[in-house]
Order: sequence, then C-alpha cells, then structure tokens
Amino acid sequence: MSDAVAETKPPASTTDAPELLSWDSKARRVVVLYVPLLCFVIILLFPFYWMTMTAFKPNAELYNLRDHNPFWISSPTLDHIYHLLFNTAYPKWLWTTMMVAVASTFLSLLASTLAAYAIQRLRFRGSQYVGLGIYLAYLVPPSILFIPLATIVFQLGLFDTPFALILVYPTFLIPFCTWLLIGYFKSIPYELEECALIDGATRLQILRQITLPLAVPGLISAGIFSFTLSWNEFIYALAFIQSSENKTVAVAILTELVTGDVYQWGALMAGALLGSLPVAIFYSFFVDYYVSSLTGAVKE
Amino acid sequence: MSVTAIETETWTRPKQQKNLLVRLFDWKPFLIFICLLPAIGLLMVFLTYPLGLGIWLAFTDTTIGRSGKWIGIENFEWLMEDPIFWSAVFYSVFYTAVATVLKFGLGLWLALLLNNHLPWKSMLRAIILLPWIVPTVLSAIAFWFIYDPQFSIISYMLVEVLGWRETNINFLGEAWPARWSLIAANVWRGIPFVAISLLAGLQTISPSLYEAALLDGASPWQRFRFITFPMLLPILAIVMTFSIIFTFTDFQLVYAITRGGPVNATQIMATLAFQKGIPGGQLGEGAAIAVSMIPFLVFATLFSYFALARRKWQQGEAND
Repeated sequence: MSDAVAETKPPASTTDAPELLSWDSKARRVVVLYVPLLCFVIILLFPFYWMTMTAFKPNAELYNLRDHNPFWISSPTLDHIYHLLFNTAYPKWLWTTMMVAVASTFLSLLASTLAAYAIQRLRFRGSQYVGLGIYLAYLVPPSILFIPLATIVFQLGLFDTPFALILVYPTFLIPFCTWLLIGYFKSIPYELEECALIDGATRLQILRQITLPLAVPGLISAGIFSFTLSWNEFIYALAFIQSSENKTVAVAILTELVTGDVYQWGALMAGALLGSLPVAIFYSFFVDYYVSSLTGAVKE
Repeated sequence: MSVTAIETETWTRPKQQKNLLVRLFDWKPFLIFICLLPAIGLLMVFLTYPLGLGIWLAFTDTTIGRSGKWIGIENFEWLMEDPIFWSAVFYSVFYTAVATVLKFGLGLWLALLLNNHLPWKSMLRAIILLPWIVPTVLSAIAFWFIYDPQFSIISYMLVEVLGWRETNINFLGEAWPARWSLIAANVWRGIPFVAISLLAGLQTISPSLYEAALLDGASPWQRFRFITFPMLLPILAIVMTFSIIFTFTDFQLVYAITRGGPVNATQIMATLAFQKGIPGGQLGEGAAIAVSMIPFLVFATLFSYFALARRKWQQGEAND
C-alpha cells in the first residue's frame, strides 16, 4: 500500500506546477485534453459495452440491425446466460479455471517468496546472477515452450489433467513474483532483521514473524497479479487439455461453444462476459495494487 | 557497583535448546539451498529443460506418439522452401512493427493526457487498465463479433448510419483487411499497459526541470523533446522490449480471431508452430518454427540491455 500512496502523491505537484506557469485557456484545454481523453475511454470501453449488450439481447434483435437500434436493448433477456449455465458445462469450466488459478498462484507465491528472501536478504555470492537468471526466465515466452512442454507433460502422465497447468503456470508467474517481491523486500529496513538476529531468532522465525508481515502488501500484489495471469492464460491450456470437462473458460468458449457455421453470438458473448467477471471484480477491489505492481515490476 | 559486577560475571548467553533440525535450518548455505529449491527447481524442469528440449526437437522428426531421430537441419531446409512459413515470418514482423509503433504512439499520448491535473484521476486510470486485465481471448471474442461480416457494428455504422459505404466490410475474409483488423485489436489491448507504465515514468520527472525550461522560454514541443522524452527513454526502452517480445510471440489474439486464416494470410510464427505441432502432430517441425523465433527475441533482449546500460551513465550513479 505504501507503494501506491507514494506513487499517487507526487503527481499533484508534478502536474500543478507547469500548469500554473503556462497560460492555457479553458477552451483549448477542452479540445487538447478532454476530447482526446474521451475518445480513448470510449474506444477502450466499447468492446466491453458491446459484449454486455450482446449477452442480454434476444436473438431477434441481435440478428436484425435494421429494425432495432443496435446500441440498445428493447427487451433484455437472460436466455443466453441460462443456456450457458444449464445446457453447457460452463460452471464446470469456471470451477476448473478457478482451481487452477488458485493452486498455481499459491505454488508460485510460496516459491517466489522463498527465492526473493534468499536473493535479497540471505545475500550469498552470485545472488545477483540468480536474480538476473530469474529475470531472463520472464523473457522466455510460452509460444516457444509449449511444444516441448507438451511432450514433457505427456511423459509425466499429466496430459489432459489440470495438474499439468498448475505445474506449468508457475514458469511465467515465479519470475514476475520474485522480481516484485525482491523490490518489496528491499524497502523493508534490514535493521529490523538484525535486531531479531541479535535477540536470537532463527532465520526462519525472522522470515515468518518479521519480514512476511511487513511484506503483506507486496504479497497481495503478487498474488492478485498471478491469479489474473493464470486466469487469462491460453496457449498451455489449449495445448495440454483435450477433454471437454477439464478445459479452462478461455479455451472452452473458443472450442466448445463455436459449433457449426452459425455462431451463437449471444451465448459466446455471455460466456466471455461471465469469464471476465471474476477478474474484473477482483480488479475493482485491488486497483491500486495492480497499478503499483505493474509499474513496480517495470521499474525494477 | 558491586552488584552489577557480580551480575555481569554470572550472566551467560541463554543456552537455547535447539535441536538438530532447527540448527540445520539456521545454517546459511542449507537455508539458501532450501529457499531457492522450489523456484529454481520448477523453472529448471518446466522452463530451462523444455527450452533445450525444444531446440533438440527442432533437429528431429518427432511426431506425436513417436520419438524422432536426429535429422540435422532438414526441418529448417524444409521451412526455407515453405511459402507459408515466409508469409508467417513476414506477418509476424509486420504485425509487431506496426502494432508497436501504434501502441507506443497512442500510449504515450494517453500517458501525457493522464499526466495532467484531472478530476477522477484514479477512476480514469482504473477504466483505462481494464482491457489489459480482462482475459485476452474473451476480449478477442468481442472483436471477432465486431468484425463479423454480417452483423459487424462498424459496417452498420458506415453503411446504415453514415452512408459512406454501400456494402458491409469483409473484415476477416480477405488478407489485408484481416491483417489490419488483428493489428487494431492488438493495439487496443496493448495501449493500457504502455500508457500506465509510461505514466509512472512521467510522474518521476521533477517539475523543476519544466519550470527551468519555461523560464528559458521553451515551447511545449521543446519541453517534450528535450525534457520529457530523454527522461522517459529508460523506462520506454524496457516497456518496449517487453511489448515487442510479447507481440512477436503473440498467439491468443490471432488464434481466437482468425486462426491464421483466411488461407494462412494472418498466420504468425506462433500460430503456425501450434498448427503444425499440436493438431498436425509434427512436433519436430513445429519446434523448428518456434525455435526460429529465438533470434528475434535475443535481439529484443539485447536492445533492452543496452538501453539499461545507457541509463546508468545518463543519470549518474544515484539513479539505479
């Protein structure tokens, strides 16, 4: 949290100063600032608006643009959502996605907290190289790993099980979380740990009772970020999961709901909307953490 | 006086009853090993090893269900003659270049707009980051519908409302419209990340620099060119490296909207590797396509490294 506060504080002074000195008229400000900003917001939000509209539109309105105003719904319906929840395995897909996201987040938080503590606090020879190696791991994209990983997953007998995803997702979560947490541990005064060492605490006691409680905001940032990233993951889930009931939401919508030549846009959009909701709700509660972890990770 | 003397004499460090296990965990080398084991272990097994295995697979004729044998550079020779591969390389580079330029142009503009004093600033920032938070595939499905040949809202606007066109646009049915449509969707998704990261960079620039420039009579353009841009360059370089790497290896967006079609026109290297490797079963060939992406990625990473090195001498030691 302190990160977020520290980041939001300075802009007031940063932005006020030049403004007081330059002589902008009000009309100019509207044209140069508010109009472009409004355009950006409309364009960035339009697909979501469209998704929502389509999800609640009856088919009659959906496929007849001429007689109905497409930007509004005259008779909203829950048919698409009903179809999705009761005629497809959608609840099961949501559940699988949730389990995979939670488990892989937990696993990577555990691994990266320990790793970040070792790199930042236990300071051994070559620790910065380990840190650099983990950073480089972040630059290896899933697109070049999924083919060999598919063979490994197959050999381990995990093909077509959620465990494959739980074990593989940490490869892109750990580098990110470790770097975020290294930055966070840096901001905790080392003197606190020295005091505890003098008082005879063991290293693990220090980690559990002093460092971790102070690093809770960092852990929350890393946790929600990992959750979002694993919720959004697509290529591994597409490559490793075959059977319908083990699919994650993103993959299932694209492979199970698209049937035949006529796309059921209403159900597709309802699926996309419902699949986005958990992350969106999560996001609305923790906006500051998202922003601070995004900018923190870039700055590190 | 004498009391304290006696006390210091009799005081000994309290002997802690530590069993062997506790002492083992307090032994630094062992603790370091234990702490690094989960992270390094997972990364080794599921990242470093697959990376090596992928490179090895690229030189074999492995298919699904049959471990292949070494065939040298045959896969690559084959790719060299494959027009679909070259079209995928071309579109990957084109897609990355155009999308990156647009993303950074628009993202920087948005960041500069947000850096002004605005009402509901944090609310605005939250809205702008939304496209980046929502699963890419799901927003890609929304774009898919927006690009639908029959029910596209853009066609509707152009044909029915504005009357600028006679017929609907066939967004995804022809090569070039499909290519541009994908770039537009990618830019839409990328702007928030660029804008919010650059905004963080903008906020670290000291206002006194602008004050000094104003006193010297600098124009807004000069203030941007000689203060904002140079100060933003380090963070711009890092964000750009990330953006280039993840745009070049993008998979979700292309797969969700066009699946490489029409007739492989929008196939990029990642989707082509997937198509050959997983549904096609030609693991060796797919791996060869995936491995061909590595030189581009190394180039992007080196770019980042030199940008970072440059930052050090630019701003002195204090700024790390």
